Amino acid sequence: MALTDQDRALIDEDVVAYLQRHEEKSLLRFITCGSVDDGKSTLIGRLLYDAQMLYEDQIAGLDADSKKHGTQGQNIDFALLVDGLAAEREQGITIDVAYRFFSTERRKFIVADTPGHEQYTRNMATGASTADLAILLVDARAGLMPQTKRHSFICSLLGIRNVVLAVNKMDLVDYSEDRFQEIERDYREFSKNLGFGEILCVPLSALAGDNVTERSKNTPYYDGPALLEHLETVSTEVDTQAPFRLPVQWVNRPNLDFRGFSGTIASGSVRPGDPIIAVPSGRRSTVARVVTMDGDLEEGIKRQAVTLTLTDEIDVSRGDMICGKDSPAEQSDQFQAKMIWMADDEMLPGRQYVFKTANRTLPGVVSALKNKIDVNTLEERPGKTLALNEIGEVNLNLSAPIAFDPYRENRQTGSFVVIDKQTNATVGAGMIDYSLRRAANVHWQALEVGKAERAAIKHQKPAVLWFTGLSGSGKSTIANLVEKRLHDMGRHTLILDGDNVRHGLNKDLGFTDADRVENIRRVAETAKLMLDAGLLVMTSFISPFRDERQMARDLMGEGEFIEVHVDTPLEVAESRDVKGLYAKARSGQLKNFTGIDSEYQTPRNAELTINTVDMTAEEAAEKIVGYLDENGYLTG
Amino acid sequence: MSDRSLTHLDRLEAESIHIFREVAAEVDKPVFLYSVGKDSSVMLHLARKAFYPSVPPFPFMHVDTTWKFQEMVRFRDETAKKLGLDLIVHINEEGRSQGVGPFTHGSAYHTDVMKTQALKQALDKHGFQAAFGGARRDEEKSRAKERIFSFRAPGHRWDPKNQRPELWNIYNTRIHKGETIRVFPLSNWTELDIWQYIFRENIEIPGLYFAAERPVVNMDGTLIMVDDDRMPLEGMNVETKSVRFRTLGCYPLTGAVESKAATLPEIIQETLLATSSERQGRVIDSDQAASMEKKKQEGYF
Repeated sequence: MALTDQDRALIDEDVVAYLQRHEEKSLLRFITCGSVDDGKSTLIGRLLYDAQMLYEDQIAGLDADSKKHGTQGQNIDFALLVDGLAAEREQGITIDVAYRFFSTERRKFIVADTPGHEQYTRNMATGASTADLAILLVDARAGLMPQTKRHSFICSLLGIRNVVLAVNKMDLVDYSEDRFQEIERDYREFSKNLGFGEILCVPLSALAGDNVTERSKNTPYYDGPALLEHLETVSTEVDTQAPFRLPVQWVNRPNLDFRGFSGTIASGSVRPGDPIIAVPSGRRSTVARVVTMDGDLEEGIKRQAVTLTLTDEIDVSRGDMICGKDSPAEQSDQFQAKMIWMADDEMLPGRQYVFKTANRTLPGVVSALKNKIDVNTLEERPGKTLALNEIGEVNLNLSAPIAFDPYRENRQTGSFVVIDKQTNATVGAGMIDYSLRRAANVHWQALEVGKAERAAIKHQKPAVLWFTGLSGSGKSTIANLVEKRLHDMGRHTLILDGDNVRHGLNKDLGFTDADRVENIRRVAETAKLMLDAGLLVMTSFISPFRDERQMARDLMGEGEFIEVHVDTPLEVAESRDVKGLYAKARSGQLKNFTGIDSEYQTPRNAELTINTVDMTAEEAAEKIVGYLDENGYLTG
Repeated sequence: MSDRSLTHLDRLEAESIHIFREVAAEVDKPVFLYSVGKDSSVMLHLARKAFYPSVPPFPFMHVDTTWKFQEMVRFRDETAKKLGLDLIVHINEEGRSQGVGPFTHGSAYHTDVMKTQALKQALDKHGFQAAFGGARRDEEKSRAKERIFSFRAPGHRWDPKNQRPELWNIYNTRIHKGETIRVFPLSNWTELDIWQYIFRENIEIPGLYFAAERPVVNMDGTLIMVDDDRMPLEGMNVETKSVRFRTLGCYPLTGAVESKAATLPEIIQETLLATSSERQGRVIDSDQAASMEKKKQEGYF
């Protein structure tokens, strides 16, 4: 490893002294933001090179690479040091988040390097989420660009308070003081509402090395620190007076005599004897020990991974947050939050997603997209969905209350990621602003007469028969026949039909994916009310998406949801074309038509599948009524 | 004292522990891929810390190519016994019955059959859903972009386009049947951090890292230790030299360096003052620039 001469001398003379000195280093994580042309990779390469964190074979490799792929002629192209995947190297751009490491006498650094082209909000948010500080690069010739503002906004959104504006390529504007001060002034004016703590503006040249590791003679008007000097001295101290938070990650039970709660301290500090409260369970106790393999700690502080034991045997589990008794975290199941969308499939309000917080994974929905935030202008705009790289302000509705803090107060306990239920991909990330209500204060109205009582006097067990299938598959025809038979048998029924509902309850909705999701959500909720009334409900909707059918299923109780897949091949449904809709869709007059230019996701676990090619509508109705009878829905 | 700061090693340690605990809490069948080397030793130490006073709640698996240094196998068995680990040793029996080895089949084929294929076999056989590995981002340029949780499609294929963003310390561990996750708790550690931590925590590592008089032959400029009698010595000159190893693997594929460094500080001293990076000693890397990338897509770590 290439090291400074002093390091070499010390290592040579007394390696133990060297190791002991370096053991005491602190760690700073930072992110660099800028567009491809701002010289970001060059700056990181320069830091790595000047901090002498390269091996000689890497330098030799760099030399060879510079001549092969480089853009600096025969000189070393520092940018090549930090470019990674083979395909990207050939394109000359970086397309993901890469993490680099270097260290100096005082500190170890982890650099998150994210690309600077248009489609990159997702990557930058990822890199910023773990960064203590952000370096924003601007080209001195160009000044503040739209992307500078975009980067600043994302940094602010992700809660970074420490910002360095690196005015790069000063060598190309003759190190002009006026130019530098103009950019600094503009930036301070622009960023004053972004909630940054400290902002340092540095005039530098990554290529020439001015003010990177050492103060430059070319900028006599600048009396601040060189970039590296600043990075080495920014505070990384933990505020031990902040409210104590330990999200319980894992319950540690090696034997009957030991019950510990393991997790990483998210803020504050903890000592034996501290009174605590577990949120949301609300149980109270006192800390007995702060256990680690190296012995019990007198005090555990933020970022330490510890195991707490308590003086009482209270029931605390993963998902609980152990908090200082006097300043517990809030709990709620409804939030306002900022959300960044990270997937090609857009975010649909009303669709069920999985939300993962610091230590809890649970289903929920975005109940409303209040507005979208334009990352270039910071303007708020109305919108129905969030597309890849879009940011929105949303209302969230989780399936159970969780412990949390507003993100601006605690980045660990106020954050969550959004997971797609079908693909399991991470599709979004969010930051909680505040609770929309105190969930604990809202109780369900306890009712004397329930679903069971209402159904009993009708001699039936209520259920929702959810008919799904292509347009023209025969859903409504079959549902009508089923209802007629049940009615003849003296049963109490109701049909919710796609066309009819769209004339009333859902007449404000169109046929985009977002509207289809909302359409089904309302139908499912209505069906649930009818179910509570004790009825046998039949719904007849194309309901093309698995997610929404699952949502409807989850809404009803066990055994109350019967999915009936009316399985008619597209050619057959299209040849029937009772309403003339397929012809219109084929000719392009009708957009988003299921089976033509919008997907139908075949059910995987339908209780009943009706093949209308082999079976007449009457036979199908017979089969369904037979199913109800055999499974005890028709009593007495 | 109202403000305190953790050292970089403390923070790295805490991050790794968090990762271990998260997997144990959320994944049904995790496994620790134990390779016996120094990184594996550090990772084992961190796993013990994560669950103390419990023992790590998952098995440890060594993919034995049958060509590992004998001392590695001894160290492995002693460590497992001493710490009470649930150790699984997997050998590709088909490869063994065919007598696959680096001398007869070449290093690439041997590594593929006895290591890469063997690993996939073992993961499939036991139905492991997540496997802890010791890879670090600083080892190679392309690894800088590897996630801490790396997702593998059925068949263990790595698709660089289909990896999940990792924000804060929230890791999405959900997978479908047949998919697996490789988890790298040492992602943010550098080689120097590893040595520094071994020193600070007094972690035991195999004796092969320390210089001793060992019988070696010079094969095309690389010093290879004569570890057993399967080595073809015809026309070779066996010398006894004071050597040590900077990485551990199959003995015929692992070059020794001449050294007198017999204590941990001496090794660290030598490592720090060495002029070439660690992976250079590994034979598989020198193929081509993006070789790691390709190997990863095929399922090699």
